[in-house]
Amino acid sequence: MKEIRWHGRGGQGGFTASRLLGIAAGMFQDKHALAFPSFGPERRGAPVLAFTKIDDKKIHDRSEVITCDYVVVMDETLINPTMLKGITDDTVFIINTKNPDKYEILKNYKVVAVDATGIALDILGRPITNTAMYGALVAISGLVSLDAALESIRHEMKPSLIDKNIEIVNRAYEECSKVESTLKNN
Amino acid sequence: MKKNKIFISGDEAVAHGTRLSRPHVIAAYPITPQTITVERLSEMVENGDMDCDYMHVESEHSALSAAMGASSVGARTFTATSSQGLLYMAEAMHYASGGRYPIVMMNANRSVALPWSIYGDQRDSLSLLDSGWIQVYVEDAQEALDMIIQAYKIAEHAKVLTPMMVNLDGFILTHTYEMVEIPEQEMVDKFLPKFETPNKMSFENPKNLAFSSQPDDNTEFKYQQNKAMLDSIEIIEKTDQDFGEQFGRYYQGMVEEIMCADADAVLVTLGSITGTVRVVAEQLRAKGLKVGVLKIRYMRPFPEKEIMALSKKIKAIGVIDKDISFGYEGTIYTNVNSALSKANASVFKKNFIGGLGGRDITKAEIEKMFMDLLEGIDSDKPATVEFFNLKVETND
Repeated sequence: MKEIRWHGRGGQGGFTASRLLGIAAGMFQDKHALAFPSFGPERRGAPVLAFTKIDDKKIHDRSEVITCDYVVVMDETLINPTMLKGITDDTVFIINTKNPDKYEILKNYKVVAVDATGIALDILGRPITNTAMYGALVAISGLVSLDAALESIRHEMKPSLIDKNIEIVNRAYEECSKVESTLKNN
Repeated sequence: MKKNKIFISGDEAVAHGTRLSRPHVIAAYPITPQTITVERLSEMVENGDMDCDYMHVESEHSALSAAMGASSVGARTFTATSSQGLLYMAEAMHYASGGRYPIVMMNANRSVALPWSIYGDQRDSLSLLDSGWIQVYVEDAQEALDMIIQAYKIAEHAKVLTPMMVNLDGFILTHTYEMVEIPEQEMVDKFLPKFETPNKMSFENPKNLAFSSQPDDNTEFKYQQNKAMLDSIEIIEKTDQDFGEQFGRYYQGMVEEIMCADADAVLVTLGSITGTVRVVAEQLRAKGLKVGVLKIRYMRPFPEKEIMALSKKIKAIGVIDKDISFGYEGTIYTNVNSALSKANASVFKKNFIGGLGGRDITKAEIEKMFMDLLEGIDSDKPATVEFFNLKVETND
């Protein structure tokens, strides 16, 4: 089973991204998935977590995600030492930033940086970074195919948002596909 | 894309199960973590996806009272609640079961104040075991949808005519998204025909409903209510089998025995914790430990026969309770223990209390429970009630 933890702020679409990944895996590939938010009240702007579990067989384990295979950080202002909870040597961080080098606390971990805000501003005109981070995760992890990811966008998003978000996922996927090879070589 | 399968939450699965069951009337009041269910139903009625009267009421007490009124004219009715809302309904719950109104209610299991908590445990519904409602607990979103459909068939059966509560663990099921197969309407219509009952207000066939009783006949009414609940066991099993034949999903009636056939130690579960316990039991089996899981599906009527039979085959039994009856023990344990005593079972017993107010129950904790049970076999350790993962010092 692969476990993904999404870090965002209330309203940034982190939980939507966790569900898009579940939809891609469950509906458009022959996999099983659970997606859930950190349970409890929701507040716009407050730090929130979301989770996706993906496996080839039915997922019975309903306990909280403890160790993560991937940690996706949609907002770099959230980076702090508590983010290291549940991290193993194999965990990959995917961070929305132009300057990954400035984060000393992450220097001993596998980190992939993507300028999701830049991509979102360029295509959407608004700093909504969830689908860019989704595209980046798909490229780096290979958990689902790009086609399945695009299908999940078509299935789940409002018609008026589909085309631009497909463009965002494609762009982020392309940018991060190059990163993938360097990661694997290390 | 897979046919008829969508990625939805437990709350949404309940809404789909309700839509497919074609209730005439829904009366509900929103409460976390049930809210999404009644929001979706409200949208379905508004969009014309359901031909149904959706009554907006000002409280849970009114929700169930309105459902009763609708049921008394022969309407199929639905309501949904959780926690404080369920407790606020408590008076009307006895009314509905005493009046033999086969209302179906979804309850999102949530802790009860004080301390105030919106998170999950099972103290709300377990405190109402004596209200005369059939209580089923589900393990995942698919089972939630399927049990709403089954619930109408069971509750409305002429031998039963008893309201039924479908319980889902708050957040763990209500707010988790997963793949759920949505049955075809035609198949549901075939399985669940229109509601017909002689127990209704009618100009053609007038009768007295919701009346008073005197001391010389009240016991007989309560005897009949109890008998209907006991008779429902047969209907529950038949309905589940028929459902399995038609839809390909059979939940094994009153309980599901998981790896119990040759087990030494069995953990008893209720609701969503079953899934995680399955995973741990499989891991321990791989190490050669003979462990099993008894998933209790129905708390009322109670699977006494199954537990008595199981007790003859095993050496230790543990019960996980996301509940505590203060001053005694967990309520599931009390019920299991009663069945064990009737079977004169001499097994090692332990009650594990935890997961209260939404605390996660980890795989490591479950593994320790199984180890405690295996170590207790043939020991002279007394049966104990243990709060696991307790963060305060105790003198126990």
